Amino acid sequence: MGRRAKNKQGVPPSYEEFQAEKNKKDHKRKRSQETVDKPVKKSKAEIPKVKKSKKRQEDIEEEPKDLPQVDLEELSSARKSLFDESEEEEEELNDEFDIEGGEDFQDSDEEVHTKPMFSDDDEDEDELENLNAENMEAYSKQLDEEDEIEAEEAEQELIEGDLKQPRAKVLPTAEEEEETKGQPKDITMIRTRMLEIIKVLENFKELAEEGKSRTEYTTRLIQDICDYFGYSEFLAEKLFNLFSPSEAMEFFEANEIARPITIRTNTLKTRRRDLAQTLVNRGVNLQPIGKWTKVGLQIFDSQVPIGATPEYLAGQYILQAASSFLPVMALEPQENERILDMAAAPGGKTTYISAMMKNTGCVFANDANKARTKSLIANIHRLGCKNTIVCNYDAREFPKVIGGFDRILLDAPCSGTGVIAKDESVKVSRTEKDFMQIPHLQKQLLLSAIDSVDANSATGGIIVYSTCSIAVEENEAVVDYALRKRPNVKLVDTGLTIGKEGFTSYRGKHFNSKINLTRRYYPHTYNVDGFYVAKFKKIAPSPHDISKAGAKEKENAARLELEEEGIIHDDFADFNNDEDKELIEKSKKYSMKKKGINPNL
Amino acid sequence: MRSLTEEETKVVFEKLANYIGRNITFLIDNPESPYVFRLQKDRVYYVSEQIAKFATSVSRSNLMSLGTCFGKFTKTGKFKLHITSLNYLSQYAKFKIWIKTNGEMPFLYGNHVLKAHIGKMSDDIPEHAGVIIYSMNDVPLGFGVSAKSTQEARNLPPTGIVAFRQGDIGEYLREEDTLFT
Repeated sequence: MGRRAKNKQGVPPSYEEFQAEKNKKDHKRKRSQETVDKPVKKSKAEIPKVKKSKKRQEDIEEEPKDLPQVDLEELSSARKSLFDESEEEEEELNDEFDIEGGEDFQDSDEEVHTKPMFSDDDEDEDELENLNAENMEAYSKQLDEEDEIEAEEAEQELIEGDLKQPRAKVLPTAEEEEETKGQPKDITMIRTRMLEIIKVLENFKELAEEGKSRTEYTTRLIQDICDYFGYSEFLAEKLFNLFSPSEAMEFFEANEIARPITIRTNTLKTRRRDLAQTLVNRGVNLQPIGKWTKVGLQIFDSQVPIGATPEYLAGQYILQAASSFLPVMALEPQENERILDMAAAPGGKTTYISAMMKNTGCVFANDANKARTKSLIANIHRLGCKNTIVCNYDAREFPKVIGGFDRILLDAPCSGTGVIAKDESVKVSRTEKDFMQIPHLQKQLLLSAIDSVDANSATGGIIVYSTCSIAVEENEAVVDYALRKRPNVKLVDTGLTIGKEGFTSYRGKHFNSKINLTRRYYPHTYNVDGFYVAKFKKIAPSPHDISKAGAKEKENAARLELEEEGIIHDDFADFNNDEDKELIEKSKKYSMKKKGINPNL
Repeated sequence: MRSLTEEETKVVFEKLANYIGRNITFLIDNPESPYVFRLQKDRVYYVSEQIAKFATSVSRSNLMSLGTCFGKFTKTGKFKLHITSLNYLSQYAKFKIWIKTNGEMPFLYGNHVLKAHIGKMSDDIPEHAGVIIYSMNDVPLGFGVSAKSTQEARNLPPTGIVAFRQGDIGEYLREEDTLFT
């Protein structure tokens, strides 16, 4: 039971640990299979039964083993392709756990098997002595039969064991809750309870307590998440609903860990290999991010401040999150095009666009915040981008300012639910209002972006929409809205090798079926910030293109439309009680008839 | 945004000539991709003609920057070169000084160039001429004015100043608030 105590007190298992544990379990399973396969006597078969059920009990009570069965292998392979380093880490961890698991196993093995094994062996030897060519066949047959019987028994056990499984009481009773109300919360207790609840939710039919509903478990879990991680209840529920319970847990835990520091090589000034060499000479420990990018480097540790080396000042690289590469890669800027970045500050993506165009063509970098254009201009100059125009407009002013772009990148302002690891304040500061206002702005921005693109562009006609949020309201819902409002655009494949498909339906809402071409990124699957990328192609000019509306007119129009569509006013219908009475009577009769009762009696 | 007046052009070119001499012609005479100087607020930008044309559609109050900023006019009408022009200055530099690795950081913190830090330097630098400072692997670090001619500098003690710093890439961090707007 020493192990149980250890598990309870341990730090929250990271994703790797989850996986390691799963591997461990697989390992165990294999070994136990081996033992079953061995020809053994009946007397022995009794003993593993005890052992098994004991183990099962343990499983229920403490181990989160079953949790990450989402599609771990797929995820891990994707992760590996993202961050080669994680492979090493995992291996290391696996090693550790393997040793531990191995020992564990041997311990329990010895306890259980010592005696019977010896006696078994003796018998076997006796029999073997008498073995000769004549009775060989008979003997092997006998062995086979024994095997068969045993296999049957093992199966029986499994079935019985499942039925007998005790249903653990996980939820606290009302009295218990009352008791602990005033007291400071026991964090380790909460954590254990969260894991247990998740286990129950994963296999609700079998594990749920009698008379408790799924909602009770979920509400308790969300409450616990709020207590343990410090989210507001609203946000916790919103994020929880995006995932399966176990995946949600992984997500919340990933938000507690900082993402690795990554830099992007400025291909206008240097090459990645040269840069890596110089930085290594300065005592920086680094590695390429992964196969999917040729310009990214991941920093493990550094003896010098990575944001103040001579190479940094000379503009050979820029500190940029790996997720920020993705929208630009989806945009695929071509040389000599005219491109607009609608929300550009602090310039990581703008300079990447400029570098991909090799300083040809023209990049408009817009940002609505004047103070933030300062860092934008600084980065543009430091990295030596000569083809940029920096302007300070409300992005909804486009295309009134200038339209006809070949490509547009809209990295929309968002609630930041994907970057909680970076900015903890999101956990409590976001309210329901934010998730109405921000998408409202995003929708207008996206329509402006679509209207500003030249549909007849020889090379482009592309719009990329991205956010660093994972909320459906800010992503799929906005894209769906744009597809409805502008039938002259279509979603196209992002061309990104990693990422999960966008939701085509979410909690009763159904979106355009093409939305599966968009890509979602989560901190717990790819070890990048939470992110969303959608890529549109404009196929025909729309009548809206000639619209000369500025930001204010657009805002007013959008508000009008909202009122018409969404909000139900008090006066939307008159109630007539007399009329209603008739209808109610009618339906009552109908329902009674349905039940087989004569309503006229 | 407008193009420079005759007077302004003269002031800017005089300053540039300190560093790149007659190479100024490469800046303005490039028939394949014509570049122009533009003045926006008090800043001078060097930008391809095509981009300057696009920028005309952005109103004056909303245009924050275009192309490469070369520097700004002071209130007294003098022209001050900014470190952002280093890309072009280093490309056409006349006189160069390379400093050793141990001199990089002191220079990037805003100090003058000392004799002890010099790795190599152009042979024919006269006194008070504009020089571009490089690291030993040819990364431009800044620009300044020579304190002594190359001949005289040979006889300086290790702590003697060879070049006065006028701009260095450390300003991207130190002067972030004032440099760009």
